[in-house]
Amino acid sequence: MINFDNIRAEFPILSRQIYNKPLVYLDNAATTQKPRCVIDAEALVYQTINSNIHRGVHHLSNLCTEAYENARKTIARFIHAPHDHEVLLTRGTTESINLVAYSFAHSFMQAGDEVIVSQLEHHSNIVPWQLMEQTRGIVLKVIPITNEGELDLSLLPALITPKTKLISVAHVSNALGTINPVKDIIHLAHARNIAVMIDGAQAIQHITVDVQDLDCDFYAFSGHKLYGPTGIGVLYGKEKYLNQMIPYQGGGEMIQNVSFTKTTFNELPYKFEAGTPNYAGAIALAAAIDFIENIGMKNLEEKEHQLLDYAHQQLALIPGLRFIGTAKNKSGVVSFLVDNIHPYDMGMMLDKMGIAVRTGHHCAQPVMDRLGIPGTVRASFAFYNTNNEIDLLKAGILKVKQLFA
Amino acid sequence: MDIRRIQDDVVEEFAAFDDWMDKYSYLIELGNALDNFDEQHRTEQHLIEGCQSRVWLHAQLTDGKVVYTGDSDAIIVKGIVALLIRVLTNQAPQDILDCDLYFIDAIGLKEHLSPTRSNGLVAMVKQMKLYALAFKTQLSGK
Repeated sequence: MINFDNIRAEFPILSRQIYNKPLVYLDNAATTQKPRCVIDAEALVYQTINSNIHRGVHHLSNLCTEAYENARKTIARFIHAPHDHEVLLTRGTTESINLVAYSFAHSFMQAGDEVIVSQLEHHSNIVPWQLMEQTRGIVLKVIPITNEGELDLSLLPALITPKTKLISVAHVSNALGTINPVKDIIHLAHARNIAVMIDGAQAIQHITVDVQDLDCDFYAFSGHKLYGPTGIGVLYGKEKYLNQMIPYQGGGEMIQNVSFTKTTFNELPYKFEAGTPNYAGAIALAAAIDFIENIGMKNLEEKEHQLLDYAHQQLALIPGLRFIGTAKNKSGVVSFLVDNIHPYDMGMMLDKMGIAVRTGHHCAQPVMDRLGIPGTVRASFAFYNTNNEIDLLKAGILKVKQLFA
Repeated sequence: MDIRRIQDDVVEEFAAFDDWMDKYSYLIELGNALDNFDEQHRTEQHLIEGCQSRVWLHAQLTDGKVVYTGDSDAIIVKGIVALLIRVLTNQAPQDILDCDLYFIDAIGLKEHLSPTRSNGLVAMVKQMKLYALAFKTQLSGK
């Protein structure tokens, strides 16, 4: 039996007060808090082994390089990547998607070729493709969603044409929490020789991710949503694609030889890691993964499932509250509106009670447009949250309702 | 009444509240009491789009004074809109341009007007001043 109270105690920030009230942190989909071991790991890099990686002849540089490459191995193991060199370290999900959009479009797509995304996407999985529409003349198509907030996959086959080269969808919706049937999408796409990219920003912290089982061609996520530091992210990509893709950025580390007549690129993964990487962040991310694996992904999933069920059950008791996004399979997120109270008003008042939620369109405006609402209030959970915090959220919402009555 | 006097009145009113709930209740009251925004002005041209809430602002020059009307879809923001209008409406363009809006800080609402809160209020204050500048130019051109 896992003692989640002890685990919660590992997160220093969770014991702080906001306006003299205990912090109730329910904005985990925006970023997760960090356990002491992650904070320590990053500090320890600078205290003991800091040195630029892959270049020095000296001892410290070797130590730091080894720690960085071990971090890559930890990440590869965590997502079940077949090869370490298929794990690229980036700044975050956004950079990972931009990398694929740029390099895939430049290497494999002609003007008129098509990419399919969904109506459920975060702006980070829309705008990079729109940039390729503008600069490369590719065409972006969209899988619609149902009123419940699920992808309407019955419409996907009709969107696919011989010009479709890639499908890019979220594993879990950041605004609604819908878990998308990405395995079905990948199966369908691969039968037609179409590559698939999965935006895993909201899945990696909640669901066991096995890129070999999924058979996705690209998988992106951020370290900071996985209890790791900010400024570090991951792009898993199959080598058959990565080897043929042109680099996203040029600079040091990513080259083999540079001359003004001919420059040759380094091999994977370095070809896509121009410049000094965030090695301290990568090493601390590996510490976060160790921490999570110590709890056990299964235990963590169970706990979060229980929290989500309890939240649905308790919030459903509030008169005038309606859930936005009622997909059968959901993870991590409860999005809702109460009476005619604007989400921003609700969020500001909950804040005064020490309760941190997110309000607005959650960088997913097409979802809000589709559902005909300006935005939602979103409470998002992590395993360190408690039923008591959900009770406080419920009491907070009731108090706000009273003020508006 | 000059802008300073009105601001002092607002500060005095808010001094009566000792917790945020009373303060927000009052803002909700002010928001609800704000004159209905003329629907014909509810256009893109008068919309100040924040990431979180939307604000509409209209201004016209009447007898040398700027008359503002405004609205917001979020009621607390609308309450602050009501306060800004109360302080700046019916004033001469030059006075609006010269004034320092110290009341916001004094009544503890500064957080709502920080640039990190993308609720449209910062842009609204800027827009109010821009209207004043435009009307001032218009007046001196006559």
